[in-house]
Amino acid sequence: MKVRIKVWRQKNADSQGAFETYETPTLNANMSFLEMLDVVNEDLSMKGQEPIAFDHDCREGICGTCSLVINGKPHGPHRKVATCQTYMRSFQDGETIVVEPFRAKPFPLIKDLVVNRKSFDQIIQAGGFISVRTGSAPDANSVPVPKINSDLAMDAAQCIGCGACVAACKNASAMLFVSAKVSHLGLLPQGQPERERRVLAMVGTMDELGFGSCTVTGSCEAVCPKDISLDFIARMNRDYGYALIKGEPHRNSAED
Amino acid sequence: MATLNSNLPPGPLGQKWEKHKFSSKLINPANKRKFKIVVVGAGLAGASTSATLAELGYQVENFVFHDSPRRAHSIAAQGGINAAKNYQNDGDSVHRLFYDTIKGGDFRAREANVHRLAEVSVNIIDQCAAQGVPFAREYGGLLDNRSFGGAQVSRTFYARGQTGQQLLLGAYSALSRQIGLGAVTSHTHSEMLDLVVIDGHAKGIIVRDLKTGAITRHVGDAVVLATGGYGNVFNLSTYARGSNVTAIWRAYKRGACFANPCYTQIHPTCIPVTGDYQSKLTLMSESLRNDGRIWVPKKQGDKRAPHQIPEAERDYYLERKYPSFGNLAPRDIASRAAKEACDDGRGVGETGLGVYLDFSDAIQRLGEGKIRERYGNLFDIYKEITDEDAYKAPMRIYPAVHYTMGGLWVDYNLMSNLPGLFVLGEANFSDHGANRLGASALMQGLADGYFVLPATLGNYLATQKPDQRPKTDHASFRDAEASVQSTNRRMLASKGSRTPASFHKELGKILWEYCGMARSEAGLKKAVQLLQALREEYVVNLKVPGEEGGLNQSLEQAGRVADFIELGELMCLDALTREESCGGHFRVEHQEEGECKRDDEKFAHVAAWEFTGVGKAPVRNVEPLTYEEIKMATRSYK
Repeated sequence: MKVRIKVWRQKNADSQGAFETYETPTLNANMSFLEMLDVVNEDLSMKGQEPIAFDHDCREGICGTCSLVINGKPHGPHRKVATCQTYMRSFQDGETIVVEPFRAKPFPLIKDLVVNRKSFDQIIQAGGFISVRTGSAPDANSVPVPKINSDLAMDAAQCIGCGACVAACKNASAMLFVSAKVSHLGLLPQGQPERERRVLAMVGTMDELGFGSCTVTGSCEAVCPKDISLDFIARMNRDYGYALIKGEPHRNSAED
Repeated sequence: MATLNSNLPPGPLGQKWEKHKFSSKLINPANKRKFKIVVVGAGLAGASTSATLAELGYQVENFVFHDSPRRAHSIAAQGGINAAKNYQNDGDSVHRLFYDTIKGGDFRAREANVHRLAEVSVNIIDQCAAQGVPFAREYGGLLDNRSFGGAQVSRTFYARGQTGQQLLLGAYSALSRQIGLGAVTSHTHSEMLDLVVIDGHAKGIIVRDLKTGAITRHVGDAVVLATGGYGNVFNLSTYARGSNVTAIWRAYKRGACFANPCYTQIHPTCIPVTGDYQSKLTLMSESLRNDGRIWVPKKQGDKRAPHQIPEAERDYYLERKYPSFGNLAPRDIASRAAKEACDDGRGVGETGLGVYLDFSDAIQRLGEGKIRERYGNLFDIYKEITDEDAYKAPMRIYPAVHYTMGGLWVDYNLMSNLPGLFVLGEANFSDHGANRLGASALMQGLADGYFVLPATLGNYLATQKPDQRPKTDHASFRDAEASVQSTNRRMLASKGSRTPASFHKELGKILWEYCGMARSEAGLKKAVQLLQALREEYVVNLKVPGEEGGLNQSLEQAGRVADFIELGELMCLDALTREESCGGHFRVEHQEEGECKRDDEKFAHVAAWEFTGVGKAPVRNVEPLTYEEIKMATRSYK
């Protein structure tokens, strides 16, 4: 099979971008989408043109590095998979496929299809952890966790931090990403001491970084490669409301 | 010649680590603040050590080439992490985990290191559970375990099929906390391209900012490399595409010894190769061998569909050859057995390079629901890639490159022969000998990072004056930066006709053919010649599009492939000079009915290679392996 790809090319954040169209060499339907881009890039390199910059790493749907909006959908046509798990058999021979970067103000473009998702790290740094120094942990079985909580926490913890939820949202909201971490830690006994402080800090940082508000359209859930549920946003909203009503933790007892 | 002093502590094996911790130098808190530690990598080892050193009060600078510290390839580990908790009451102990690991490594690892690993394994699980890692649990709320290859006890802790992801996110959260507190400075999109050595000590690194192309100098009182393994030298592997050898290779070229480079692990259960375009092989976790049965048809060239082949005409070859371990035989053995079956013309699938991993018995015994609960995500991955339903028909699997046991040589303190250079996790050579057991990589990365380096680093720093770091205008920094610049410019200026990717493919084919699952003298000699020619062609016939400034993924790849080609040659040389078979290193000349035949008299040692110049023969240094506690025995899983 062969396809035509219409790709966003942009030298850097300061320059003007535009779509370029390329005809692919002959492809095998069992190629992954990224392998198709590899083939196109080899072709461009041999012609003396600059290859298309795109993010990728593990190519098995777990590292969260790959991105791309394919025909208007972050991570392409299928649910519950990342771009790297999308195969050419999902497209028609001769089809024109539009490929764009994840677009959102808090994800500034670096080049072509590569954006900077540092803002996600900043949200985690604000509170997406349990403060436990190495060496200070009790025996793992001394804190039992009901299996149902542990399983639900795992559902949330699966988030790969790719940012598709933000790219899909008309408001560029990061609520699904933030709620996944808030829920994962909030569902576990180990996460209770910092539960309120965590949700306030993470939501506050998310707002400061310019992510938009959630209007519960569910587009984030629809594109999430790990099937993170919208329910976690409801859970986070409850935690956030509770933390607001309870008020700021006493500053004089905080360690930092 | 380099000096290799392993600095093993004296005393009985079980007390070495305790005693060593007590006799290790402490740095007082006021001085810790004055020492700056450069850490490269943020996988399990790099993230855990960065966080822990910062908690202790050191200034830490962390560098990753990824866009975030959460992306390292530790994230892709599926099956689990071993620990000698004996929560199952099935006879496990620190000593048993130690013995299984030494035996699994075919008696080619250091006794004291492995014992320490088994000792701290229990602390790792505590630490991770406290961080909120959602390990699998039983209904009573306590932790669940499963079995892995090379062990007859259930000591593997897991989080569905995503244990590596959850452990890495735990370490990343600890690191993020320290970044938020200002105790760690995080540099993302930053690739280490050279090590700076001053008066024989590692004192800094040269880094390229992958976004802007800027080359910068970074000084530290010590440098820690936690940059992972080099399996991508084979091009096709289960590694992430970005995983590379560059950081440790350039340290090797600055004087750090590279130990046992030929010890590579070929994992038995991966999805078979389908075409030349392929960029990546995908692992199906070893945990599947708990419930899946591996077989091929007894008849050669049997092209019937699997369900049409009656039970009596199937060869469950692992169960037949290794009745006591069966499908849970260690990885090197299971891989070679698969290769043998396929070489014998009994392989399955279109290419004949595949064997069945069959769940029908388990589904009958436990029901599809239970299997879905245990391995659902793996069955999903299999479906995505192959378009086949493994609940209905057996999976087809074949071995693929998965891990490298070799790496930079380190002593008991995890310090290389270059003072001040520490190497952690898969990047070092230390704990797995000639073959790593399943669920032990995560254990080693976190042991090194959370517990070992933080305790041993003081032994080096105590010899250094606080606040006396060299300045970055030192001649060694200037020279290293100039060398990085000129290498990059030379590659960009090269007007050849082949891309880095095309060289990488050729390199991978040579290594897989001659330095893969079975190696021979003639083959390895041929490979060395082919690789020398490839290295020379790389200089004159390379084509790298784009510019020096800004993001240039072709340039990044060009540098990494250059290092891989040089490494490939060293691997073949190492394989050639190790005239025995052990673990993952199988020399066809040295076997007993298809099993590895070690030569303990001549080769019970670590080979640590020392660089003498590109194209010049490296020096083979030797560290003898002396076993005080256990006897080297023929490894048997029968």
